[in-house]
Amino acid sequence: MQVPAPFEYERATSVDQAIGLLERLGSSARLVAGGHSLLPMMKLRLANFDYLIDINPLHTELGYIRFAGEGAGGEVRIGAMTRHRELLESDELAAAFPIFRDAERVIADPIVRNRGTLGGSLCQADPSEDLSAVCTTLDASCVIRGPGGAERVVTMEDFHVGPYETAVGDGEMLTEVRFPLRPGGGSAYEKVERRAGDWAVVSAGAAVWLAGDGTIADARVGLAAVGPNTTGIPEISAALRGREPAEDLYEQAGAIAARSCDPATDQRGSADYKRHLADELTRRTLRTAVARARS
Amino acid sequence: MTTVEEPRTSTFDDNDQKPVGFGRMLRKEDPRLLRGRGRFTDDVQLPGMLHLAILRSPFAHARVVSVDTSAAEAAPGVKAVVTGETLKGLGLAWMPTLSNDVQAVLATDKVRFQGQEVAFVVADDRYAARDALELIDVEYDVLDPVIDVRQALAPDAPLIRDDLEGKTDNHCFDWETGDADETEAVFARADVVVQQDIVYPRVHPAPMETCGAVADFDAVEGKLKLWSTTQAPHAHRTLYAIVAGLPEHKIQVIAPDIGGGFGNKVPIYPGYVCAIVGSIVTGKPVKWMEDRSENLISTGFARDYIMRGEIAATRDGKILGIRTNVLADHGAFNGTAAPVKYPAGFFGVFTGSYDIEAAYCKMTAVYTNKAPGGVAYACSFRITEAVYLVERIVDCLAAELDMDPAELRLKNFIQPDQFPYTTKTGWVYDSGDYEPTMRQAMDIAGYAELRREQEEKRARGELMGIGISFFTEAVGAGPRKNMDILGLGMADGCELRVHPTGKAVVRLSVKTQGQGHETTFAQIIAEEIGIPPADIEVVHGDTDQTPFGLGTYGSRSTPVSGAAAALVARKVRDKAQLIASAMLEVTVADLEWVKGSFQVKGDPGKAVTIQQIAMRAHGAGDLPEGVEGGLEAQICYNPSNLTYPHGAYICVVDIDPGTAQVKVRRFIAVDDCGTRINPMIIEGQVHGGLTDGVGMALMEMISFDEDGNCLGASLMDYLIPTALEVPDWETGYTVTPSPHHPIGAKGVGESATVGSPPAIVNAVVDALKPYGVRHADMPLTPSRVWDAMRGRATPPI
Ligand SMILES: Cc1cc2nc3c(=O)[nH]c(=O)nc-3n(C[C@H](O)[C@H](O)[C@H](O)COP(=O)(O)OP(=O)(O)OC[C@H]3O[C@@H](n4cnc5c(N)ncnc54)[C@H](O)[C@@H]3O)c2cc1C
Repeated sequence: MQVPAPFEYERATSVDQAIGLLERLGSSARLVAGGHSLLPMMKLRLANFDYLIDINPLHTELGYIRFAGEGAGGEVRIGAMTRHRELLESDELAAAFPIFRDAERVIADPIVRNRGTLGGSLCQADPSEDLSAVCTTLDASCVIRGPGGAERVVTMEDFHVGPYETAVGDGEMLTEVRFPLRPGGGSAYEKVERRAGDWAVVSAGAAVWLAGDGTIADARVGLAAVGPNTTGIPEISAALRGREPAEDLYEQAGAIAARSCDPATDQRGSADYKRHLADELTRRTLRTAVARARS
Repeated sequence: MTTVEEPRTSTFDDNDQKPVGFGRMLRKEDPRLLRGRGRFTDDVQLPGMLHLAILRSPFAHARVVSVDTSAAEAAPGVKAVVTGETLKGLGLAWMPTLSNDVQAVLATDKVRFQGQEVAFVVADDRYAARDALELIDVEYDVLDPVIDVRQALAPDAPLIRDDLEGKTDNHCFDWETGDADETEAVFARADVVVQQDIVYPRVHPAPMETCGAVADFDAVEGKLKLWSTTQAPHAHRTLYAIVAGLPEHKIQVIAPDIGGGFGNKVPIYPGYVCAIVGSIVTGKPVKWMEDRSENLISTGFARDYIMRGEIAATRDGKILGIRTNVLADHGAFNGTAAPVKYPAGFFGVFTGSYDIEAAYCKMTAVYTNKAPGGVAYACSFRITEAVYLVERIVDCLAAELDMDPAELRLKNFIQPDQFPYTTKTGWVYDSGDYEPTMRQAMDIAGYAELRREQEEKRARGELMGIGISFFTEAVGAGPRKNMDILGLGMADGCELRVHPTGKAVVRLSVKTQGQGHETTFAQIIAEEIGIPPADIEVVHGDTDQTPFGLGTYGSRSTPVSGAAAALVARKVRDKAQLIASAMLEVTVADLEWVKGSFQVKGDPGKAVTIQQIAMRAHGAGDLPEGVEGGLEAQICYNPSNLTYPHGAYICVVDIDPGTAQVKVRRFIAVDDCGTRINPMIIEGQVHGGLTDGVGMALMEMISFDEDGNCLGASLMDYLIPTALEVPDWETGYTVTPSPHHPIGAKGVGESATVGSPPAIVNAVVDALKPYGVRHADMPLTPSRVWDAMRGRATPPI
């Protein structure tokens, strides 16, 4: 049994009370959501905190998938405490953004998915985090609440500051993630892993929005595990916009993905291989996303 | 699951109630284990028990300059802090390994691998013990480590084992077998010679339960009671007696339920000794349970052989000779678990299942700054490496000759009339009939059809591979004339006592870690004396309760202890016959044994059951002249030879050409382990071993960075397969009994682990044939397969 260093523990009673505690305790405190990233690090004593504030009691308040408005201008709002399992099982979400179900099927295992949360995944800011890639692909924005109920909304690009580093400050908390709903959309996610439940060697998400004439109105690709951050690749979007979906276009996008990323050689694979996967998976997900957008 | 087996409808029936022993029967231990009522070492709770945690070296190679324990000693709840210096005073700083080397219990001079034991804390609970470790201040003088095994013998390599008198390099041992000159001559006249470098990377047994112990030393009685995760309680007791200077009758080693061993629980680890010292020092029972990372970085690894294989053959595919040169990484201390006269274990069976003219192996073993071990990880003492070598190199030959790999094997098999067959390296295979086993596997697979499918797929650019391996194992160590561990002969005792009402208790010297001994051994006794398995209690794992013997590993339980059980039962039956003759008033010769009772020949109405005989043996009335009361016997069985199970495995894989991911689509395993005692248990052993094989072939490897940091310190880093990586196993069997085993049984515990990796690798290499790939080393992760497809297959170490 691996045992963490001693810490104090308190269960949150409301979002504002949790933020109040964070404000008072500063960087010696951490929120614990699903705990599936935080607790392993603490058990290995890679991270030690004096205080843990358990926000699981806030699941009733922050565990939701809501549709606000229809079609253009509408959005899907997902609470930070929504668990992987809830994201996996929501048929409504799968209909709007099939990429979520694709991704959740290959994130960890049922035990982790029962507890791990959307908020925890984004705030962990691990470069291999699949949901970060999903959110990047869908052009999500993050709602961060601070002391006194002050809220600010940041894009995914601004949210991830660096590996394991986000825009969320010491006395702040991520409360919600918002996904714009646009017409003609299709999305998909693919991951290569060495074994079921392992972190990605590389994964890729793609979303396309088709115009009435069948050309690509907009497209986005998000990659995980190929650099310090999961970021979208604007060059791909630019290359695809206004074009007729076709194999050579996906190839072009794949080539851009391969050259835009910055993977490192490690036990999961060589940098060359990961670059190749960025290409291969970009092509595959674009192909599927287009097929889904058409159907 | 498809199984060529007796119909499933007859499955279990009430075999546990019948006097006939062999056949499918649910495991007697499972109600306990499945309901969470197993009692493992970590379940042992004693009044006043303290907890022990070990401080380990963060460096692979460093001089220990000083260890300051004052802050730790002052920490709340801490009862004792012990360092190497303390142990030195007690003469316990070093202990012998199973290979006649020595290993530091706690470092005094240097640390020689990352994770080595440096000090320990005993405290009120495990949290306090663990927290206090942070307060121990160790000053290290960091030295250059030896990590690259190929550089271990370089003239300027840092010296690891300066503790050994007169040692000037990192050489561990040399070993050879076979005839070099004869082999050279055969190679010189061969039409075809193929050479291939083959690496079997370092892997870890990774049992679900980590290692641990509870030590309770009673200073008044002078008696030590030790619960520990050991596959060999008696061998451990004798070693503790030798190391600690305590007499054996004052040491009781208890191996309670064990959550998987796979060889990991054969060695004595420093932690066990620390627990004992901790209890002596504090006067309280002390528990030590290592955590997952400690298990992965410090306990016995397996494999780590760098092999150059060579095979010589005629143009038409007759194999003439096999030659190999091996560089073996033994880590910082040689802790290999193998009979002492076999420093390379049973690697000598690398000639496989083939009738060849000459063979030769030369091995050099070296020390490196890595964890010690080299345990029998489900490998029957290095047969895993041997089978991998020969089955890979035979496939390389098939590719060179452009011959079907099944055909090449069939052409070279040792023939049934050649048994007992003495190999060119001196092993005497007891029995075998290889072709029917191979044909059955090919039938189940639909081999010809698979090859047709492959051809079609190749034409479409799809990657499908079919891999074969055929293995002969050598298990059941072993004859005491040449097999011992630290001077302890590898025989096994067994005691059987039949109670007055005809129930029985059998006491074994071996110890299950999940293999189902409580069922299998009850079935063996049942088969021999006709008492139903349900009425037979199997006692094992406690040195105060069981006869001496060397324990369970190397698939030795059924070949050695199983034979002891059968023979002790026959002794009891012989005595029962004497009593029956008195009861029925006929001569012994007039009686015949009909499962469960003695009958007067030709008069089935006149019979007495074993239960009636048992009562008579203990009851009123005279017994025949010279017959003592009671119905019991004991034996110590010394096997005359090993047993040699064999099997034919076929694996079908599909590879995604875009991502290079390997999917094992089908796996066919036809095993021949001689007489089958409980087919369900055999299948369980086979399924587990095959899963193990998928792990080693596709994902498992303990690797190190250049500083000697272990990169496999958690199960997120060291991957083991899940149900999703394995197909539905398709099993079959043939039966070639062992001629010298009393019931004809051979071991099966490790067959599948030994036989499956080459089948999987051969399948992957076969799939990659369009890319001109002839070999790729394990683990075949997507990245490594992709490299191979690009002609860049590099060894993993
Ligand atoms: C065995 C295993 C396999 C896994 N495999 C994968 C995988 O394949 N792909 C993948 O993407 N992930 C994987 N994960 C990670 C998993 O998805 C985690 O659940 C997730 O990374 C973190 O979510 P959590 O709710 O558990 O966060 P926690 O561990 O509770 O928290 C993580 C961090 O986020 C902070 N935090 C949490 N919530 C908030 C909030 N609302 N506001 C501000 N800060 C917050 C915490 O303080 C902490 O620093 C795996 C985890 C495990 C244990």
